[in-house]
Amino acid sequence: MNASSLSLRNIVRRFGAQAAVDDVSLEVTPGELVVLLGPSGCGKTTTLRLIAGFLAPDAGDIRLDDRSITALPPHKRDMGIVFQSYALFPHLSVARNIAFGLEMRKTAAAATTARVQEMLRLVRLEDFAQRLPRQLSGGQQQRVALARALAIHPRVLLLDEPLSNLDAALRQDMAREIRLLQQARGITTIMVTHDQTEAMALADRLVLMHDGKVQQIGPPEALHLRPENPFVARFIGGSNIVRGRIDGGTQLMPDDGPPITLASAYRATGTASLAVRPDSIRLGEPGDIGARAEGSVELCSWLGATVEHVIRLSAALTLLSRGPGLGPGAAPRLPAGTRVTLHWSPADEFLFDAGDRPIPAATRQESLTRETNHA
Amino acid sequence: MTDALARVEHAAVSLLVSLGVALIGVPLVLTLYLSVFDEKLILFPPHAYTLDWYSQIPATFGASIWTSLQLGITATAGSLLLGVPAGIGLSRHRFRGKTLISTLLLAPITVPGIALGLAVYIVLVFIDINAETSLTGSLAGLVAAHVMITTPWVARLCLASLATHDRAAEEAAASLGAHPLTVILRVTLPAMRPGIIAGGLFAFVISFENLELALFLSSPGVTTLPVAVLQYLEYHIDPMVAAVAVAQTIGIAVLLLLLDRFVRLGRVVR
Repeated sequence: MNASSLSLRNIVRRFGAQAAVDDVSLEVTPGELVVLLGPSGCGKTTTLRLIAGFLAPDAGDIRLDDRSITALPPHKRDMGIVFQSYALFPHLSVARNIAFGLEMRKTAAAATTARVQEMLRLVRLEDFAQRLPRQLSGGQQQRVALARALAIHPRVLLLDEPLSNLDAALRQDMAREIRLLQQARGITTIMVTHDQTEAMALADRLVLMHDGKVQQIGPPEALHLRPENPFVARFIGGSNIVRGRIDGGTQLMPDDGPPITLASAYRATGTASLAVRPDSIRLGEPGDIGARAEGSVELCSWLGATVEHVIRLSAALTLLSRGPGLGPGAAPRLPAGTRVTLHWSPADEFLFDAGDRPIPAATRQESLTRETNHA
Repeated sequence: MTDALARVEHAAVSLLVSLGVALIGVPLVLTLYLSVFDEKLILFPPHAYTLDWYSQIPATFGASIWTSLQLGITATAGSLLLGVPAGIGLSRHRFRGKTLISTLLLAPITVPGIALGLAVYIVLVFIDINAETSLTGSLAGLVAAHVMITTPWVARLCLASLATHDRAAEEAAASLGAHPLTVILRVTLPAMRPGIIAGGLFAFVISFENLELALFLSSPGVTTLPVAVLQYLEYHIDPMVAAVAVAQTIGIAVLLLLLDRFVRLGRVVR
C-alpha cells in the first residue's frame, strides 16, 4: 500500500470576524507523522477538522496525492480519525465498531471478519471483540478507536489529542504504540496536541501554531535549537524572554532592568527580545568571569530531577534558571537572597528584532565566513 | 446528640415519604374499592361486592376505548415522525429561527388545554366552511390536534437524549465512509433510542388521557374514552366509572412496566 501525500495551501477559516486558521500552508510527505502543536485556541484543531472535511475552508486548497479534496464531504475522503473522546459507537460491540467502516465500503463479509481479527490482534484486544465500549477502560477504548480508524486502510490518519484523556503512565505506552504502528504501516499521519513532550516524542516534524498562524515548521530539534521567533522559544523549552534595546554590540538594555551582557555581538540597532532557556542558565558567584547579568535568588524549588531558581534582576525583571537536581552534577540549592551571576553560552542565546525575526550574531557569522574562505 | 438529630431527621423523612405515598395511593385504593361495590348508587358501606362493573366495560365503553386507542396510536406515530427529526435538527444544526421553533415546540405545553381545544375547533370549522371538508368531529381532526400537544414531548425528550451524546461519534462515522443519512440511521437514532421510546410513551399516555381537546372535537361516533366517561357521569353515579378508571390505570401501568424492561425509564426522565 502506497502512502499518500497531503498538502494544505493558504488555508483560511474564519469564525465570524475571527480567523481561526489564517493562511496556513503545509506539505506532508507520504508516511510522515506531522504534529500540530500549540496552546488552546491556536487553530490546530480547526486545521485538523478542515483536513477531515468537518469544516470547509473560506479560502485555500487541500490536496491529497495532488488531487484537490477541498470540496469532498468527509465520507468520501478516506481518512481515519481518532478523537480525544474516543467517539466509539456505544450500542455496537468492539468488533462491530471496527467493522463499521468496512461495512460502509460494502466489503465482503469474510474479508471484513478477517480484517477485524487482524485489527483486534494489532491492538491486542482479541478477547474483547464482543464487549460493548462502556465495558472497556479508557486505554482500551482508545485502542478500539485506533483499530476502527486503521481498518479502512485510510490514506491519512488523523489523531485529535488522542492521549489527553488517558492517565500519565498509559499515555506514554499509548504514544509509543501509536508511533510504532504508524511507522510499521507507513501511514501519513497528522496529530493534534497541546502537549510539548508528546509532540516531541512522536513527531517527524512539528508545526507550531499560534493565533491561527504557523509559527515554525520543522523537526523537533530544529524548533528547539533554532527558534524562529520569541513565541517558539517560549513554547518549546519555556525560554525566558527579555524585551529591550540593542545598539550594535554586546549589550541589551532591558525595558525594566539592568543591562545584560550578551554572549555574542550583534550588528542590529533598536528594539530586541532576548530568549534564553532556563536549562541554559548556569549560576555563578559574584565576580565570576563572563557573567551575563547579576541578581539575587528570590525562590528556590527542588523538583527531584531538577532544581529551579527564580533570579531577580530588578523590581520588574526575573529570570528562571534550571539545573540538575540529583547526582554528581547537581546544582547547589541556594537560599533566597543569595547574590548570583548568570551565565550562558552563545549557542543558547537567541535574539529577535522588533518584528520578532531572528537577529544573527555578528561574531558567529564572521567566523563562519572565514571558515568558508579557507575551504 | 447527633444520633438523636439523625433519628429525628430519619423520622421526618419517613413521615414525608409516607404522606406522599398516601396522597398518591389513597385515591387509587379508594377507586379500586369503589369499583367492586355491588350498588346502583354509591352507598357506604356496600351490602355486597361484585366484579360485574368490569364485565360491563366493553359494552358501555368499548367503542370509545377503540377510538381512543386508534387516536393514541396514530397521534403517537405522527408525533414521532415530527418530533424525532425536530429533536435531531434542534440538537445538531444551527439555523435561522432556531430559537423561535424551539419556543413554538414548547408553546402547546404552556397554553391551557381548554383554550387550545377551542382554538383548534374554530380553525377546523373555518377550514370546513371554506374548503368544504368535514374535519370537525372527525378522527383526523382529533389526530391533528393530539399530534400538536404530543410532539413537544417527543421533541424535548429526543433533544435531552442527544444532549449527552458525543457528536464526535457522528463525525467518526462520516470519516469511516458513512453517508449523512446512514449516519442518522446507524449512529444518531440508536443513541436516541431511550428518548424515542420514552417520548412515544408519553405521547400515547397524553393522547389517551386528554379530555380538553377531545371535548371540542368529539362527535357522535368519534368519542374518546375520557369524553365518554364524562358523558356517562352526567346521567349515572355508579361504580362503573371507578371500574373504567382502574382498568385504564392497570392498562397504562402494564405498558410502563413492559417498556421499563427495554429502557430504564428512570434514566431517561429525570
